[in-house]
Amino acid sequence: MKKPARLDIDAILDDSGTRIVVCCGAGGVGKTTTAAALGLRAAERGRCVVVLTVDPARRLAQSMGLTELDNTPRLVSSPEGGGQLFAMMLDMKRTFDEIIEAHADPARARQILSNPFYQSLSSSFSGTQEYMAMEKLGQLRRSDEWDLIIVDTPPSRSALDFLDAPERLGRFLDGRVIRLLTAPAKAGGRNAFRLLNAGFGLVAGAMTKLLGAQVIKDLQTFVSALDAVFGGFRQRADMTYKLLQAPGTAFLVVAAPERDAMREASYFVERLAEERMPLAGLVVNRVHVAPASKLSAARSAAAAEDLDSRGEHELTAAVLRLHAGRMQLMAREGREQEHFTSAHPTVPVVRVRAMSEDVHDLTGLRQIGDLLASA
Amino acid sequence: MVESPDTDWTDVRLHVVTGKGGTGKTTVAAALALALAAGGRKVLLVEVEGRQGIAQIFDLPPLPYEERKVAVAPSGGDVYALAVDPEEAMLEYIEMFYGMRRAGRALTKMGIVDFATTVAPGFRDVLVTGKTTEAVRRRGKNGRRIYDAVVLDAPPTGRIARFLNVTQEVAGLAKVGPIKNHSELVNGVVKSRETAVHLVTLLEEMPVQETLDGIGELRSAGLPTGCIFINMVRDSLLPQAALDTAVKARFDPGELVLGLKAAGVADGAQAVAMAEALAEEVAEHAHRTELERAERESLAGAGLKSYDLPLLADGVDLAGLYELAESIRTQGAA
Ligand SMILES: Nc1ncnc2c1ncn2[C@@H]1O[C@H](COP(=O)(O)OP(=O)(O)O)[C@@H](O)[C@H]1O
Ligand SMILES: Nc1ncnc2c1ncn2[C@@H]1O[C@H](COP(=O)(O)OP(=O)(O)O)[C@@H](O)[C@H]1O
Ligand SMILES: [Mg+2]
Ligand SMILES: [Mg+2]
Repeated sequence: MKKPARLDIDAILDDSGTRIVVCCGAGGVGKTTTAAALGLRAAERGRCVVVLTVDPARRLAQSMGLTELDNTPRLVSSPEGGGQLFAMMLDMKRTFDEIIEAHADPARARQILSNPFYQSLSSSFSGTQEYMAMEKLGQLRRSDEWDLIIVDTPPSRSALDFLDAPERLGRFLDGRVIRLLTAPAKAGGRNAFRLLNAGFGLVAGAMTKLLGAQVIKDLQTFVSALDAVFGGFRQRADMTYKLLQAPGTAFLVVAAPERDAMREASYFVERLAEERMPLAGLVVNRVHVAPASKLSAARSAAAAEDLDSRGEHELTAAVLRLHAGRMQLMAREGREQEHFTSAHPTVPVVRVRAMSEDVHDLTGLRQIGDLLASA
Repeated sequence: MVESPDTDWTDVRLHVVTGKGGTGKTTVAAALALALAAGGRKVLLVEVEGRQGIAQIFDLPPLPYEERKVAVAPSGGDVYALAVDPEEAMLEYIEMFYGMRRAGRALTKMGIVDFATTVAPGFRDVLVTGKTTEAVRRRGKNGRRIYDAVVLDAPPTGRIARFLNVTQEVAGLAKVGPIKNHSELVNGVVKSRETAVHLVTLLEEMPVQETLDGIGELRSAGLPTGCIFINMVRDSLLPQAALDTAVKARFDPGELVLGLKAAGVADGAQAVAMAEALAEEVAEHAHRTELERAERESLAGAGLKSYDLPLLADGVDLAGLYELAESIRTQGAA
């Protein structure tokens, strides 16, 4: 089996041409941790960095001073050497509200913001978080206040959601139902359903019966108000998407050495190639290591059994079984990584070992940063 | 129908299983359904996230929107499964209550149902919880309940309170009308003593934190909490005394050197080096065990009953699922 090339993290962070690093991958693999660790490392190497996080673990957030969800980058540290680390936590609802405010006149904006459907969409539509993360990234980049932006992606089950959700939200807001619901208003009719055919009359009746007339009215108000600002929406999403294809962007796919996560990483790598988005490499996080790795699982298990059968050295036997279990786990993890590498032999890889404790503070992040860069 | 066995949750008919994503909600829900069905009972396992997780776990092709038998429980008993599709649930509902089959089809075809449920997840939730609670309430000709229990593989902890608190969610959108009435019917079941919301967690910091937050949210929404399933628990191979000394970095590799020599694994300086390396592994294991103990303690603070489910070394296959079901039964959870 050919070994994959080593992913050179420092070369990426030190290259002033790198303006955006996106950490993506399946849920729970360590995207947020990796993003924060890269941010700290880059700052300590002299760059002015902002990390856009979506869902940091509570203690990690606290240690970075992110106690409020206020959508504003906060200075976390300014190490010697001129670099600076800022971090912010995404507030998706506020980001959405701000887009509405930017694109609609004040009266219309008020109408949208107070609509119950808008409130529901902006706080719980399953793609809103992804869309708003993209939007925020675009804003940070356009502000040009930082020379490096590191983005953590939302905790969706699938890594691809980050790329797909904005498009889905866009399609959705641009869709047929919206046109249907806005058509009469555009034609100046008072009755929303007047211009439509008999089939739709039936539907309208059913909807009214089912949802009540007020709901239909709210839905229509929402849709026509949103329609007015939607062109702007679409353009912004397209712009950010292009940004992701630009040469200053580097995607890091993060995975744990487990089947589901590695499979997800594979899909993502393929998808990035299709979209012509620049992949920097794969981070395999939380890899297990064994200081006594010279002793194989089989040999260790056999020795434990031997001691057991003789009724001697109980403690050593237990330790040998513990070691055998760990070696088996490592073998499984190794196989999952080989699967990935045989499918994607040219993707550079770096491994980060599993710490015995969660990563809570800058010291922990620095340690992860060192591991990312050493390999 | 068989008399209810005497277990910790005898009176519960709707078991809602939630947890942080990836902690094993679907696995635990399936094992719980098997455990509840054991001994000749009939249980429905419901899935609502459109992922076909139940089909995968029972090694079946994708499930249609239809209650069908997926497994036989230990010593008789049937597990039925249903993958709820909001659109289908909507059609069924319109037809059942209004006899408007055609209008319902037209609504779906024009994408209106999809639209309304996407823009307002509250609508979607009321449809799927409506279907689930209908199965809980459903009675046969003899007046008895069709299902002895219903197990719901629910959305993750972060969303569970909103998901179950349908009346509240729908209230903002529909102040009057049938949807509102429907949500009240659902609410009657969900908030009753026949319902329990169980939380699946691992002994890791983030899932435990999320579990505690989730319990708080459920409580303040007046939703009935059930138990905590601590999933993927590892056996501790080492005696507590060894772990205690290892945590304090006072574990003496001397004993290991002798053991390794006795087992013929290594000799001389090699045995010493190996013992030291192994002692490092022991220390790390001890540290982890200690952290797990602390997580267990935080969980205990929530004041809910908890059950341990073992980590299956080879992943979850059908045999593993029955093993988990057995474990649930021997601990008295079902
Ligand atoms: N290399 C590591 N060793 C030990 N724990 C880790 C490691 N990387 C991440 N973690 C822990 O795993 C949990 C999930 O990490 P997180 O970065 O929040 O994942 P994601 O953002 O992908 O959901 C956190 O509690 C974090 O501290
Ligand atoms: N007790 C267990 N031992 C080993 N693996 C488990 C166990 N419980 C769950 N898993 C595995 O963990 C992964 C996530 O489980 P799943 O039930 O799909 O979680 P969820 O529904 O919460 O996302 C699956 O690969 C599953 O096979
Ligand atoms: Mg995260
Ligand atoms: Mg699941």
